[in-house]
Amino acid sequence: MKELLYLKDVTTLKLDEGRCNGCGACLEVCPHEVFVMNSNRVHIRNRDACMECGACRQNCAFGAISVQSGVGCAAGIINSLTGGNSGTCCMSDCSCAPESN
Amino acid sequence: MENKHKPDSMFKMIDARSVPPAPAKPPRMDQDFVRGSVETPAGDVPRIDSILYFRDHWGSFKARWDMGRMDYAVDPGLYALGHPDSKSPVLVSANYKMSFDALRSSLSGRDAWILVLDTEGINVWCAAGEGTFGTDEVVLRIEAAGLKNIVDHREIIVPQLGGPGVSGYQVKLRSGFRVRFGPIKAEDIPAYLDAGFKATAAMRRKSFDLGERIALIPVELVHTFKPSLFIIPVLFLLGGLGGPGRFWDNASNFGVFAVLAYLSAVIGGVALTPVLLPYLPGRAFTTKGIVVGAAIAAGVLFLRGNSLYVLPGLIEAFSWLMIITALSAYLAMNFTGCSTYTSLSGVKKEMRWALPLQIAMVTCGLAGWITSRFIS
Repeated sequence: MKELLYLKDVTTLKLDEGRCNGCGACLEVCPHEVFVMNSNRVHIRNRDACMECGACRQNCAFGAISVQSGVGCAAGIINSLTGGNSGTCCMSDCSCAPESN
Repeated sequence: MENKHKPDSMFKMIDARSVPPAPAKPPRMDQDFVRGSVETPAGDVPRIDSILYFRDHWGSFKARWDMGRMDYAVDPGLYALGHPDSKSPVLVSANYKMSFDALRSSLSGRDAWILVLDTEGINVWCAAGEGTFGTDEVVLRIEAAGLKNIVDHREIIVPQLGGPGVSGYQVKLRSGFRVRFGPIKAEDIPAYLDAGFKATAAMRRKSFDLGERIALIPVELVHTFKPSLFIIPVLFLLGGLGGPGRFWDNASNFGVFAVLAYLSAVIGGVALTPVLLPYLPGRAFTTKGIVVGAAIAAGVLFLRGNSLYVLPGLIEAFSWLMIITALSAYLAMNFTGCSTYTSLSGVKKEMRWALPLQIAMVTCGLAGWITSRFIS
C-alpha cells in the first residue's frame, strides 16, 4: 500500500546537519522514515512524512533536531479551545491508537 | 495547635513535587494474570505467562468499545515472564492492560523481565506523547525495582513508539542503563531479539492498515452516542413543525428522515472514511469526509425521492446535502487523532479552513431545512 501522507510543507521539523554526528538515533525512533543516513550524516528524506511526534529531538544527544512536537488530533484541539484540558487528547477520551504496543 | 501544623504540611506538599517520590510499591501478587512469584536479590517479583485467557480478550474487546477503557490498567513495576535470570532481557511497557497483554503474549516460550511504567493506564504511544511514558518514569522504575541487583547487563528494551517520551541518552546518563529501541509492534519482538536487537525497516515504520483502522471504529462510534442522544430527539421533533399534516404525522415523515440522514452521516464520518482512507482523494481528512458525505447524501436523497421541482422538496434535499456532508467531514477531521501520521501543525492548518466551513454548512443546512418545513 502506498505511504499515507498528510498536508505538504507544514512540519516544524528542522535538522542542523552541522551538529549531527551521525549516531543514527533519530533513524531508529522515527516511525515514518523521515531521515536517511548518507556518508555518516543524517539527511531529511521526506519532510512531509513527519508527524511531529518529537521522538527524534528527544533522542538527539547533539541538539541537531528541533521540532514543535504535539499530538495531531482535532478533537484534542477543540477540547482545549472549548476550555477543556489543554490539548491532552489521550488523557480525556480520545481513542488514540489503543492497539499500539 | 492544629493550625500550627497547617503551614508545615503545605510545605511538605510543595516539597513533594520537587523531590523524587518515595520508592514505588511493587506490583500486587493478586492480579488475576499473576502466576506465583520469583525470588530475586531485590525481593519477590510476580511471575506472569504468555497465555491470554477469555477474560483478557473480553477485556480488550470491552476497551475497544470504550467500556472501562480509562481504567484498564495493571500495577506498574517489574514482572518475571517465564523463568528469567540475570542474563534475560528487560522489556519496558505501559500499564495499559492491552499494551501489557500484547507484549507478554508475543513472548511465548521466552524468559524475560517486563518493566511496566505507570502511564495511568494509557498505551505506550499516547503516553509517550503526554510524557508519562518518559525518561523520568523509566529511571524511577529501574531504581524502584532494584534492576541493577536483578540483571548483570545494563540494557533495557523500550518500544520504539516510546521515543517521543523517552530520551535514550538521558536514561543512560541517569540510570546507567542503555536504551535499545525495540520494534513498533510487540509481535515483531521475537524476530528482533533473535536478530541480535536488529529491527528491519518495516518493523520501524508505523503502518495504518485496514485492520488497524477498523479496530478504531468502535470507540469513535461510542463517542458519538452521547451527542446523538440529544440530536436525534431534536431532529425528530423539528420534523414535526409546520408542514402539511399534523405534528406527529410530520415528525414520523420529515423527522424520521432527518434522524436517518443524521445516522448516515455518522456512519460516513466514523466508519466509511477510516475504512476507505487511503483511497479517498485529498490529504486533509475534511476533504476525504466531504467526498464520503456527499456520496452518502446523494444516495440517501435518491432513496428519499424528493421532487426537486417543488420548492420544499428541493430545499429539503439541498439542506440535507449540506448537513450530511458537513457532519461527515467533521467526524472525519476528528479521526486525525486516531490516525498514525497527522502532525499537530497540519491539523491546525486544516482546522483553520475546515471548521468554519463545517459550521457554515451545518448552519445553512439547518436553517434551510427548518425553512422548508414552513413553505408549502
